[in-house]
Amino acid sequence: MEGHIATRQGSTIGMLTPYRVLDLTDEKGLFCGKLLGDLGADVIKIEPPGGDPARTIGPFYHDETNPEKSLFWFAFNTSKRGITLNIETGEGRKIFKKLVETADFVVESFPPGHTDRFGLAYSVLEKVKPGIIMVSITPFGQTGPYKDYKAPDIVAWAMGGEMFPFGDIDRPPIRISHHSQAYLHAGLEAAVGAMMALHYRHLYGEGQQVDVSIQESVARRAHYVSGMWDMEKRIWPHGMGITLHYVPDLPDGEEKPERITIWACKDGYVTWVYWFGPQAKRSNPISIKWLESLGLADDFLRKFDASGINWTEIDPKLVDRIQTPVVELFQRYTKAELLESALRHGVSLYPVSTVQDIVEDAHQVHHHARAFWTRVEHPELGTNMMYPGPFARTAEMRPQVFRRAPLVGEHNEEIFKGELGISSEELARLSKSGVI
Amino acid sequence: MIDFSWALVGPITGKSLADYGAEVIKIEGRTRIDQQRTSGFFKDRILPSSVNCGSNFNMINTSKLSVALNLAKPRGIEVARKFVRWADVVIENFAGGIIDKMGLGYEELKKIKPDIIMLSSCMMGQTGPHAWLGGIGTQLAALGGINHITGWPDREPQAVGPYTDFVAPHFNVFAILAALDYRRRTGKGQYIDMSQYENSIHLVAPLILDYQVNRRMANRMGNSLATACPHGVYRCFGNERWCAIAVFTQEEWGRFCRVLDRGFWTSDSRFGTLEGRKENEDELNTLVNEWTIHHSPEDVMVMMQTAGIAAGVVETAEDLLEHDLQLRHRGFFVRLRHPEVGEYRSPRHSFILSKSSCEMKRAPLLGEHNEYALKRVLDLSDEEIAELIIEGVVE
Repeated sequence: MEGHIATRQGSTIGMLTPYRVLDLTDEKGLFCGKLLGDLGADVIKIEPPGGDPARTIGPFYHDETNPEKSLFWFAFNTSKRGITLNIETGEGRKIFKKLVETADFVVESFPPGHTDRFGLAYSVLEKVKPGIIMVSITPFGQTGPYKDYKAPDIVAWAMGGEMFPFGDIDRPPIRISHHSQAYLHAGLEAAVGAMMALHYRHLYGEGQQVDVSIQESVARRAHYVSGMWDMEKRIWPHGMGITLHYVPDLPDGEEKPERITIWACKDGYVTWVYWFGPQAKRSNPISIKWLESLGLADDFLRKFDASGINWTEIDPKLVDRIQTPVVELFQRYTKAELLESALRHGVSLYPVSTVQDIVEDAHQVHHHARAFWTRVEHPELGTNMMYPGPFARTAEMRPQVFRRAPLVGEHNEEIFKGELGISSEELARLSKSGVI
Repeated sequence: MIDFSWALVGPITGKSLADYGAEVIKIEGRTRIDQQRTSGFFKDRILPSSVNCGSNFNMINTSKLSVALNLAKPRGIEVARKFVRWADVVIENFAGGIIDKMGLGYEELKKIKPDIIMLSSCMMGQTGPHAWLGGIGTQLAALGGINHITGWPDREPQAVGPYTDFVAPHFNVFAILAALDYRRRTGKGQYIDMSQYENSIHLVAPLILDYQVNRRMANRMGNSLATACPHGVYRCFGNERWCAIAVFTQEEWGRFCRVLDRGFWTSDSRFGTLEGRKENEDELNTLVNEWTIHHSPEDVMVMMQTAGIAAGVVETAEDLLEHDLQLRHRGFFVRLRHPEVGEYRSPRHSFILSKSSCEMKRAPLLGEHNEYALKRVLDLSDEEIAELIIEGVVE
């Protein structure tokens, strides 16, 4: 064992510090490099000259559409240095290969076959740097009937099976709004795959390619619905919301009870579960005591024992009878009031947080205690922002935001000149000819 | 690896490592059964009396060994500690503080195995005023801001299932593998304290920054996207059949119109530009639906993708498991044979490693590997094992 932690730039030190990552990804794979970087790996984000298209993804700082002001870019490129390089040119490829010689991982999200066309397939890189691990993130994988299909988030989410069960019965199934969640799941799984390949390399001395499918990253989440079909050949119906128990199997046309798990309150929504079946015995009495403390004066609900109820056979009128007094009660209280009293009574209730809730909560004591939120300076903007920080609390070398996301070509000189020894004149020429 | 965990997050973590070759011993109890063993869906919808038929359990505990140990008994803890001596990694997901009270906390385990890697994963982490609180993934999805940004602007937040339960395990595995590499280089183990809440916050990071600098509270937008139109989910031919379609560029818009045989839309004042389409989005969506309703979602997908437009079937579980040609090509759902359930399927990770394969095995029966683990792993004698059984330590 090496017995030391090598530092490359001298300013980061983490569990993965000895390793270098060349990050060629676009929005489909940025999260992978961020995770590796936050663990201390030397991640170099390589963008086309002028900057990666992902820099056009909003929201923007002060709504100013500018490649250096994309908050999306900021969020998912922490802990990376940045260079510009056109790997589709012969000279660009040469320089890239020089960097590959120094690297442990190459992460990319080009369409299948793209790297082949430019002579940068895994089989080529493997010869340039034996042991290199290439992580390839694509919508459906490198091969197969859908490999050339386009998959923005709405398509990936739909084809991964995560969309169908969710949404209201009288409207289409829905995705989670704003930036792509599917791409984040893929990036996260890509990081796992990269680490598995690293483990393999240490055991057997060889690198390999990690072929990540975004669709599968979504589909892997769909355990419940997959199991329901696999075992019972039933489909979790669209519009039923999510319950942890069987879906009521009433004949079509009969009014299906809606199981409320998200309750409106005075200033927003909270999530809380009234249980049916065996869990009711454990959880409901505590909940009832708490509801009474809030002013619940409903004798029926106070005394009702839901532990013997089979949700699949429940009478919709009974569901109504149980839920209506609670609906009325919650309207009288704010999220904060409900959370505070629920905590006191040991009841599992949580606010449906808005980003405002999350940011304001970030100033609370318990987060300080865990040092989770991290202030990151953005000197070019004359400000700093609070970022989610360590995704794990580790005794050794905890993950952290080592630096803010790079500006376009921010480290060109540091790496091309400082490391590869390319002269200033040469750099100027390469820049002029669009290689850098 | 020793896996003390139960429910979803911990076991899925163990599954990841076990499927890819780690020897994972799941320590469970007959008296404190993993709830997943008795929940989920059952063959022919018959509730069995066995604890080995829960579909959720069988899906997420593949490739593991099961040892039934009564951790309420001091000798059970003793045996558990013997397993730790053998292990590289220990994982648990009880609420904060509980594993310490059981005498299996990191400080204790370090005495047995100085370089042990231990990971605790619970909702809020092991420290802080909320540490003692348990919670389920559906609630974390709410707390982490996911529900609020899901649904329609004119309606309440939508449920998205136990969202974080399928995110946290990957963070766990990532951290464990990094820790193993770190230990390989330095000889040091460590304690990893994972808060599922802290994991999940990363997923909404851009919106958190947006609120800070722009004071904007991200809201739910249905299926809309500012930079694309049409961008939505459209009803197709059949019962509850839908297709997602997303048109980003003017070029794609032109091709889209041709697929629908509505070439005149490209010069329509309402729809000719992205701005126009966004302004008249409801009307446009209605018109698109009038076309999609006559086609199966598969046909819509193929027609669109062939024309270079993003579109995809809104797949049900039946689609995923039976009809999706791509998942079948990649062998995503692995077929397994289980003595009590018969044949069932479980997904592997979303990647294919070019040099190592995923050798998934079915989930274990409760206590199935008692003998193997006690004899081969711990090297206990037959008499010692018999004693443990009689005392009810081994169940």
